[in-house]
Amino acid sequence: MKHMQWVALVVIAFFWAGSAKAQPYPSRPITEIVPFAAGGPTDVIARITGEYMSKLLGQQIVIENVKGAGGTTGITRGAQATPDGYTIMMGHMGTHAAAPALYPKLKYDPNKDFEPIGLAVGTPILVVVKKDFPAKDLKEFIAYAKANQAKLNEAHAGVGSVSFTTCSLFDSQLGIKPAKVAYPGAGPALNDLMGGQVDYMCDQIVNVAEQIKGGKIRALAIATAQRSPALPDVPTTKEAGLPDFQVSAWNALFAPKGTPKEVVAKLNDALAKSLDDPATKKRLLDLGGILPDPPERTPDSLARLVKKEVERWTPILKATGAVGE
Amino acid sequence: MGELFDNLRLGFATALSLVNLALCLGGCMIGTLIGVLPGIGPIATIAMLLPITFNLEPTGALILLAGIYYGAQYGGSTAAILVNIPGEATSVVTVLDGHPMARQGRAGVALGIAAIGSFIAGTIGTLVVAGLGVPLSEVALWFGPPEYFSLMLLGLSLAVVLAQGSLLKAGAMVLLGLLLSTIGADLETGQDRLTFGFDDLSDGLDFAVLAMGLFGFAEVLRNLEGSEHQPKIESRIGRLLPSRADFKQALGPILRGTGLGTVLGILPGNGAVLAPFASYALEKRLADEPSRFGKGAIEGVAGPEAANNAGAQTAFIPLLTLGIPPNAVMALMVGAMTIHGIIPGPQVITNRPDLFWGMVASMWIGNVALLAINLPLVGLWVRLLRVPYRLMFPAILVFCCIGIYSLNNRPGDVLLMAGFGLAAHCLYKFGFEPAPLLLGFVLGRLLEEKLRQALVLSRGSFLPFVARPVSCALLLVALVVIIVALLPSVSKKRAEVSLS
Repeated sequence: MKHMQWVALVVIAFFWAGSAKAQPYPSRPITEIVPFAAGGPTDVIARITGEYMSKLLGQQIVIENVKGAGGTTGITRGAQATPDGYTIMMGHMGTHAAAPALYPKLKYDPNKDFEPIGLAVGTPILVVVKKDFPAKDLKEFIAYAKANQAKLNEAHAGVGSVSFTTCSLFDSQLGIKPAKVAYPGAGPALNDLMGGQVDYMCDQIVNVAEQIKGGKIRALAIATAQRSPALPDVPTTKEAGLPDFQVSAWNALFAPKGTPKEVVAKLNDALAKSLDDPATKKRLLDLGGILPDPPERTPDSLARLVKKEVERWTPILKATGAVGE
Repeated sequence: MGELFDNLRLGFATALSLVNLALCLGGCMIGTLIGVLPGIGPIATIAMLLPITFNLEPTGALILLAGIYYGAQYGGSTAAILVNIPGEATSVVTVLDGHPMARQGRAGVALGIAAIGSFIAGTIGTLVVAGLGVPLSEVALWFGPPEYFSLMLLGLSLAVVLAQGSLLKAGAMVLLGLLLSTIGADLETGQDRLTFGFDDLSDGLDFAVLAMGLFGFAEVLRNLEGSEHQPKIESRIGRLLPSRADFKQALGPILRGTGLGTVLGILPGNGAVLAPFASYALEKRLADEPSRFGKGAIEGVAGPEAANNAGAQTAFIPLLTLGIPPNAVMALMVGAMTIHGIIPGPQVITNRPDLFWGMVASMWIGNVALLAINLPLVGLWVRLLRVPYRLMFPAILVFCCIGIYSLNNRPGDVLLMAGFGLAAHCLYKFGFEPAPLLLGFVLGRLLEEKLRQALVLSRGSFLPFVARPVSCALLLVALVVIIVALLPSVSKKRAEVSLS
């Protein structure tokens, strides 16, 4: 009988706790949708930042990978979720800037259907060529490419991928139209670049750094203002003679439209603090990531970035005639 | 040679990490379990476990799956000897002499010699994989899109020729597999193809959904069709260790079986399946008293078991060095590798030496483990054989559904899998094998991708396919394979083999 009383007490206590209404957010685990397969750059960034954010918020952030259609499947699901702060998503340059131009039937508007939380991490883009490509630096490449357009082969990781979008910008700035060879992902594309089957590609530093260090491919330039500590020998596009080619694949947290302002503020604060945490920061920098400066971390700044990026990419991608997969 | 030892050291360092060792042992246990249980084979099991491996590191995932595969080869013989039912297709031959031995009260000796023979064969097979891997992978340097395309074409023609039953039906299944592989967004333009407006299909059919439907689901249906009666089990095991005389008698067959299995296993196409048959026929021919066969001859157990296991090991060679899956289990491995972002092909050994050598080392560790698992635990396996089907089959179906749903959190996938299961069952009723379909599906994506990459690179010309020597040679081999299979005498032989 003694036991029964204890059980009753625990049950009552439980219900009492459950009925207390005004609980501070968050009172249960938060789902963070990553619209790509586990193990990719965006997924890794989400997991690294999510770990420290969970600690700060006192609730676990559960990563849910919903891949498909260049990330738009997962973001569509996130945009339609209940806006209570318990479903958030990691969007990126593809889903929130390139998608409107590539997907005619897109079910969301990057500018209107989200509450931006904050910019997380950007990954720089590099222009890489096969080992025995005739051009030694970016200037020679530009001259060679213009003279030998008919022979030039560019590899990319599929329509809508970061390598496809960023290299489309690169090509349009150079005014060249190479043959674009499509691969299902960065891995296979890189493989044929190492094998010398194709001439060049553009991709995120995370994907190509090891092959550059191993001497299997050569990097001509990194499309950022400063050199990356992960690859200190690679010149910036500014140094190499193409200053307008400035691009990085940014990743940012979004909540569905209508999520309460104070919830967004709390999440923004947790994200910003996680970027300042020394351990988290080191892991992100080791990946070659670029962390935003404090003024760039606000929700308003992210909203402006999305608007600017959609305007920037739409004409470039429309000109390629490609439709997203 | 020194390089080989360095590589093996890397391999053992990888395979002996705590996680990988646990996965290897776990795989061997699961493999033995499903090998013992009639009705559910390694293909269905690997298909069901695919979703679990997504969260593992790729090397660990492949070690687990490989463990299941060769574990099942061991387990299959236990069921064959004790119950007179081959747990696996490859242990059909073991039934012939293994079960008579059990009835004579020598079940333990039969199990013992099967395990020892398998172990010797597995060790030699692993060494062959280690020795041949690097030379074969050198060809990677010659491989661009045209060569890959021709290689895939060769793989597909071998899949047709070496499938069981009618050539025409196998060909039809390969083509159906190719057709299914074209569902989804076009690689170059991004336009949806054959999706009928379903957004879920725009990334193509999920490999795991198809595999689990074709094998996991359909296998249960097929088992349910037979009336449910569980077989009698020979429970007197007797002594496990063969006597010196037994061992002397069995050693020759084990070594010959190993040789046959090693060679047949390397062949792309499902060569490993033929190995036990070939070994049995050989031993019967070599025996002084062929009449003893079928009545409990120890050579009839030792030879085929060794051949079977050697073939199971060397079947990894075409997969790991060329990226061509020789059978449905290996096709599932391709699926598992691509899901982890590893494109099977000659470059795997150079790019991911830890993966290749880790797998090779784990094969040998697995064989040691299997020897340890099988002999002392025979009593446990016997008891497992008594689990009623009415409990086992529903459990399998539930696991299939949970596994598939956990992949993408899409209810539609579960329905799709059930649909494929039903379709595969109907096809099976009409004598169509699902394995060529799966091979067609797996190779189809690569085939199309490489064809189109080659054509973009050549600006639309088909000339590179025949002008580049490696590609041309591969195409010629494919042509010869098909012509040979169509020759009247060979096609008659094929019919006999598939009838037996």
